[in-house]
Amino acid sequence: MPKIKLAENTVQLIKDICKEFENKESELINVLHQVQSKLGYLPAEVQEVIAKELKTSVAKVYGVVTFYSFFTMIPQGENPISICMGTACYVRGAEQVLNEFKRQLKVEVGESTEDGKFSINCLRCVGACGLAPVVTVGEKVYGRVAPTDVKKIIAEYKNH
Amino acid sequence: MDIVNLTIDNKPVVVKSGTTILEAASGVGMHIPTLCHMKLEDLNIENKPGGCRICVVEVEGRRNLAPACCTDVSEGMKINTHSMRVINARRTVMELILSDHPFDCLICAKSGNCDLQDMAHNLGIREIHYKGEQSTYREDTSPAIIREVDKCIMCRRCETMCNEVQTVGVLSAINRGFESVVSPAFEMNLDHSVCTYCGQCVAVCPTGALTEVDETGKVIRALSDPTKTVIVQTAPAVRAALGEEFGMEAGSLVTGKLVAALRRLGFDHVFDTDFAADLTIMEEGTELLNRLGKHLAGDKDVKLPILTSCCPAWVKFFEHQFPEMKDIPSTARSPQQMFGAIAKTYFADQLGIKREDMVVVSIMPCVAKKYECGRDEFKTNDNPDVDHALTTRELAALIKLSNIDFTALPNEDFDNPLGESTGAGVIFGTTGGVIEAAVRTAYEVHTKKELPKLDFEELRGMEGIREATIDFDGLPIKIGIAHGLGNARKLLEDIQAGKSEFHAIEIMSCPGGCIGGGGQPYHHGDAGILKKRQAALYTEDKNKTLRKSHENPHIIELYEKFLGEPMSEKAHHLLHTEYFDRT
Repeated sequence: MPKIKLAENTVQLIKDICKEFENKESELINVLHQVQSKLGYLPAEVQEVIAKELKTSVAKVYGVVTFYSFFTMIPQGENPISICMGTACYVRGAEQVLNEFKRQLKVEVGESTEDGKFSINCLRCVGACGLAPVVTVGEKVYGRVAPTDVKKIIAEYKNH
Repeated sequence: MDIVNLTIDNKPVVVKSGTTILEAASGVGMHIPTLCHMKLEDLNIENKPGGCRICVVEVEGRRNLAPACCTDVSEGMKINTHSMRVINARRTVMELILSDHPFDCLICAKSGNCDLQDMAHNLGIREIHYKGEQSTYREDTSPAIIREVDKCIMCRRCETMCNEVQTVGVLSAINRGFESVVSPAFEMNLDHSVCTYCGQCVAVCPTGALTEVDETGKVIRALSDPTKTVIVQTAPAVRAALGEEFGMEAGSLVTGKLVAALRRLGFDHVFDTDFAADLTIMEEGTELLNRLGKHLAGDKDVKLPILTSCCPAWVKFFEHQFPEMKDIPSTARSPQQMFGAIAKTYFADQLGIKREDMVVVSIMPCVAKKYECGRDEFKTNDNPDVDHALTTRELAALIKLSNIDFTALPNEDFDNPLGESTGAGVIFGTTGGVIEAAVRTAYEVHTKKELPKLDFEELRGMEGIREATIDFDGLPIKIGIAHGLGNARKLLEDIQAGKSEFHAIEIMSCPGGCIGGGGQPYHHGDAGILKKRQAALYTEDKNKTLRKSHENPHIIELYEKFLGEPMSEKAHHLLHTEYFDRT
């Protein structure tokens, strides 16, 4: 695994978040949530800092990160695309929509495009089954998405 | 204390509240089978994830079966430990475990010693009804330990040892569901991690998922090479455990048979690591007295307490975890390495052979010794002082392979000059032993008086952390002892915080010391075996005529003819070492 060196202020940010949770090991999940919301992902070096601050092992932190699918060690794109694969969305063609996103952006699930603009992820039910199949880009929700809509959705963000 | 009345298999039982069904049943002679559960009495070690479900029992009035290892008894409980429903459930659980387990039992390193295999046998599994995907994972080979994660049943025993007992924190369960495995962070290999190779994960693994690196093949090759002089050293703890591999009672002392077996295997000279343990005491004891003398003379820079340095896993532990304290441990090499250094200089000279033509094999209760003998600082021109380190288990395998009827062997004596040892060298194999040996010599050297009594009961025992004050003729010497790296960590943190008042601390990585080493015959969760091995070493010590390292005549001769005196330049070059920051 190639090592990246974290910037001083990133390390400080992580330390501050840990401190907010009183550096308690039992708050590990909350710390990971906060850090990911700030940094977008949880690379190895970040996990090492968290382990040190919470006085736990890196293996344990990594164990939690890999257990919950919400946590990711891969940087998210500027516009994270999530395709719902819940039952309702799935039966109404979410897989074809997903395949179209993969084809157009030339990335697999969990990866980001080379320019860092987009990343694709799958999730399980956003609670909008009436709109199935559902796609979210960042905070924005798209309903009844067909593979033919994919190009248009991507275009919305291309020049941002 | 509240009392609970219940029946187990129709037998009335009275136990304290808070007792588990498993414990209550064992009290009335019903040994409910367990796989993930492990409790090492006296060492305060327990693994109780309630994960495998082999120990389920039927509790009248309860809808589902209860895991006996983690269900407390309650008043009026009626328990059946072997009803048809229970047996069917256990078999189903076992079949499901086996459905994702490789079927290479016949050629598995753990065959014959495998808890999973025994359990499948005891449950009478003859067929596996569940066919499905098998999880696969790459094999991870390090200098000492091999991980074959395909064989892991997620009992989490290794995780408990690595995290709670040793506080090394290398192993953790990662990923989820079918993909979950026990692994170092970021799925790195062990040799990139902070693993100390203490081998306690290997000692408790119920399957072949964690085993030592097998070097018996290399030793057989060396023994069959006529151009090589192959010599062997055996560590103190080996003689108190090897017999178990041949069906002998735990705690049987087999020193004489061990020597006879090694001679029959074809080693040219059969020597004793205990000799090197005596040598260690000469060096480490002198270092202790030197530091103490400076301290008493008011030298503020001198580092105290001095920490023992015989244990390679302990050395690697502080190099990773406390690198800022690497000038506190004694610089004395471990007995294994002292032996190798003397064998390939002093003894090779006596034989008139080159070091390259000598092969030094060590028999160790330890898997970390495999790693230790490969460390660069213990090599000259790329030739290691110790070529191969075998565990007690590997030696047993070698003896069986060579058709030697171990129990029928006569008692034989070690060869000289590197086979003579005192009782002080023998007790190196147990927690408390190294420091007791050091005290015996340091006392007499410092006070120039003979010790009135050689048995220091206050230094012995199985408590994880022990302390005692020994009166050096008016000078109180404060001694600390820790076994298990978690306990060592506590003492180190005290030193870091400036709270430690000890002059000397003995540290051994494995619970119980080397008698409980990762390379010893498997204890299968019975810590009573460790106590018996410990008692055996103290017996051997008592039976020795010489019990103080500085009285070993061959040690005296070694200093007269070769080394000069303890801590001399030559001794420093051959018998001392340095430590590295591994962060």
